[in-house]
Amino acid sequence: MAVRDLHPLPGIEASVRHDADVLIIGGGPAGTWAAVSAAARGARVLLADKGYCGTSGATAPSGTGVWHVPRDTAAREKAKASRLEMGGFLAEHAWMDRVLEQTWNNIETLTEWGYPFPQDEHGQLHRTSLQGPDYMRLMRKATKQAGARILDHSPVLELLVDEHGTVCGAFGINRQTGSTWVARAGAVVLATGGCAFLSRALGCNVLTGDGYLLGAEAGAELSGMEFSNAYGLGPAFASVTKSLFYNWATFYDRDGQRIEGAGSSRGRGVIARTLATQPVYACLDRADASIRAWMRTAQPNFFVPFDRQGIDPFTQHFPVTLRLEGTVRGTGGLHVVDDDCATTVAGLYAAGDAATRELICGAFTGGGSHNAAWAMSSGFWAGAGAARFAREARAFGHRNVHRAGVAGLGGNPSAPWDADAVIRAVQAEVFPTERNWTRSGPLLEDSLRRLDALWARVRHGRPAGTGTQWVRAREAAAMLATSRWMYRSALRRTETRGMHRRAEHAAVDPAQHHRLVSGGLDEVWVRTQAVSTPATPGAYTGKVAA
Amino acid sequence: MIEIVSAERCTACNICVHACPTNVFDLVPGGPPRIARQSDCQTCFMCELYCPVDALYVAPSADAAQAVEEAAAQPLMGSYRAAIGWGAGRTATARRDSSFELLIRAH
Repeated sequence: MAVRDLHPLPGIEASVRHDADVLIIGGGPAGTWAAVSAAARGARVLLADKGYCGTSGATAPSGTGVWHVPRDTAAREKAKASRLEMGGFLAEHAWMDRVLEQTWNNIETLTEWGYPFPQDEHGQLHRTSLQGPDYMRLMRKATKQAGARILDHSPVLELLVDEHGTVCGAFGINRQTGSTWVARAGAVVLATGGCAFLSRALGCNVLTGDGYLLGAEAGAELSGMEFSNAYGLGPAFASVTKSLFYNWATFYDRDGQRIEGAGSSRGRGVIARTLATQPVYACLDRADASIRAWMRTAQPNFFVPFDRQGIDPFTQHFPVTLRLEGTVRGTGGLHVVDDDCATTVAGLYAAGDAATRELICGAFTGGGSHNAAWAMSSGFWAGAGAARFAREARAFGHRNVHRAGVAGLGGNPSAPWDADAVIRAVQAEVFPTERNWTRSGPLLEDSLRRLDALWARVRHGRPAGTGTQWVRAREAAAMLATSRWMYRSALRRTETRGMHRRAEHAAVDPAQHHRLVSGGLDEVWVRTQAVSTPATPGAYTGKVAA
Repeated sequence: MIEIVSAERCTACNICVHACPTNVFDLVPGGPPRIARQSDCQTCFMCELYCPVDALYVAPSADAAQAVEEAAAQPLMGSYRAAIGWGAGRTATARRDSSFELLIRAH
C-alpha cells in the first residue's frame, strides 16, 4: 500500500507504551480464542477491548447456539447442505469442513476447562449452545491464564504501519483515564465484531465497524458487504433481540387480527412491511407447557424485559420491532485470503464478525450457531497465524512507524463536525426497512449521495472535542465508511440472493454467482471475485427468507 | 437502561464501573458510582450480573430513560443474577440449559 498520506509516529504523544508479538483488538469470542491460540504458540499477547473483555460484544449478554456437529460424515454433509441454498451457494465446502472440525475441537477444550454443558437424563452432554455470560467469563479467565495481558476500556484509534505498509501496532486511548497508549506488535488481529450502527440490539452497541475502518485505512479489503441487512426481532420497548423463541409466536395487528404470512424466520419480511405503516404485536401462544419451561432455562435474559414490564409473553400481545443488526448477523466483513484469516495487508488478520462469514454462510446469516462457530474457529486460526507472522517479523529489525488513521483524527479545525450528528445521519440511511430490508437502485443512490457528501466533510474536517471524545468520532467515521461499502456493494449486486434483496431484481441471476469485494475510503470501489469452490449453483432456485 | 445504583446496598466496590461494556458509570471516591452516561447504556443487564450485592437495576426500556422508584424496583433487583445462578451458594443454570430441546424443535 502507499504510505504517502501517513503521518510519522512522533505526532503521537502516548503516555503508555506496550510491546507484544500479537496485538488483538476486541475481546469477544473471536478475540479471546485468538489470544489463547497465539499464546499457546509462544507469542506475547496483548488484547485491547473497547469495553470490558467478558461483557463486551453480542455474545456476552446472550445465549447462542453453536454449529457443533459430530465427526460423522453423513451428519456433517447434512449440516453443510442445510444452509447452502439459503446462502445463495456462496459458502465453500472446504471452509465449512474446517469450521466444523475446529469448532468440535474448541468445544472439547471448553468442556475440559469446565464450561457447564447440560446433561440429559441419559447422561448425554448437549453442547449445541452456550450461555453468553458464563462462556465469556470463562474466556476472559482462559485468556489471562494463557498469559495474555488484557487492556479493558482501551479502544484503538488507529493502526500503525511500517514503511512497507506492514501493520506493526496500534495507537489507542483508555477511555476511563483519558491516557493514550501505543502498542508495538509483530502482528495484529482485528476481532472488533461487526457493525450494528448503535441500534441498541442486544450487546451490539460496542459493535460499530471499528475494525473495518482500521483495516481499510491500512489497505485491507472487505467482502460481502451487501449481506449486511440483518434485523433482529424483539419487543418494541426492549433490547433483547433473540429471535429463536418467535418460532412459537403468532403476529397480530392492533385490532388483534392475525397478520397473514408473518413469522420469525420465513415471514420476517411481512413484519418489516407491516411495521412501515402500523404496529405489529406478537404473542408466544404456540408454545406449550414444556416449550415454555425450556425457554425459561434456555434464555433467562429473554424474560427479563417482560418480567420487568409486567407482560406475560405467552398470553398477552406485546408490540415488536426490528432492530438493525447489520453485519453482526449479516455475513459481510474483512476479506480473508488464506487459511490463517490473513487480510490483504501484511501483518493484519481478521476474525469473528470483523471477518467475512460468507465462507461458511454465503449470502444469508447462519443464525447464532454459525456465528459462534465462525468466531471461535477464525479466532483460533487468526491467533495462530498472527503468532507465526510475528515470529518472522522479529527479524525485520528497525522499522519506521507511521500512523494509518485517515478520518476523524485531525483535519481542518475550521470545518468542525459533530460525531452524534454524523451517527444520526448514517442511521437515517441504514435503519429504515424501506431502504435496507429490500433495496432498490434509486434509493441506494439517493442514500449514497448523502453518505458520500458526509464522508467528504468527515474526511477533511475535524471532529469536535478531544481525548475520549475521539472514540465516538472514530465510531461515527467507521459507521459512515461501513454504510458506504454496504450500499455500494448492494447497488452492484443487481439480483436477489440470500439476505440481499433488490426490489427491481427480485430473482437470482446465475451470472452473479460471485463475491463482491470492496474497499477504499474517499473513492469506494467494488469488484467481483470468483467463489473458489463453487457449490452446485445449478440447483439454486432463488429461495430466500421472505 | 440503567436507572438505579442503590446507595443503601452499594459497597463502592466499583466492579460495575469496570464491567460495563459501554462505560456508563463514573467512579466516585468513597461512594457509589454515578450513572454518568445513561444514554450510552445498551440495556444488556451485564452490570446486574457482576454486582455482588444486587445494588443495580436496569429498566427494560432500551431507547429512553424510564424513571423508577427504588422501592418499586426492590423485588426485581438481583432477579436476573438469581435466574442465571450467579452468586454465593448458587449453581450456574447453564448446567440446565435446555436450548437443545428448542433447537431440535425449531428447525
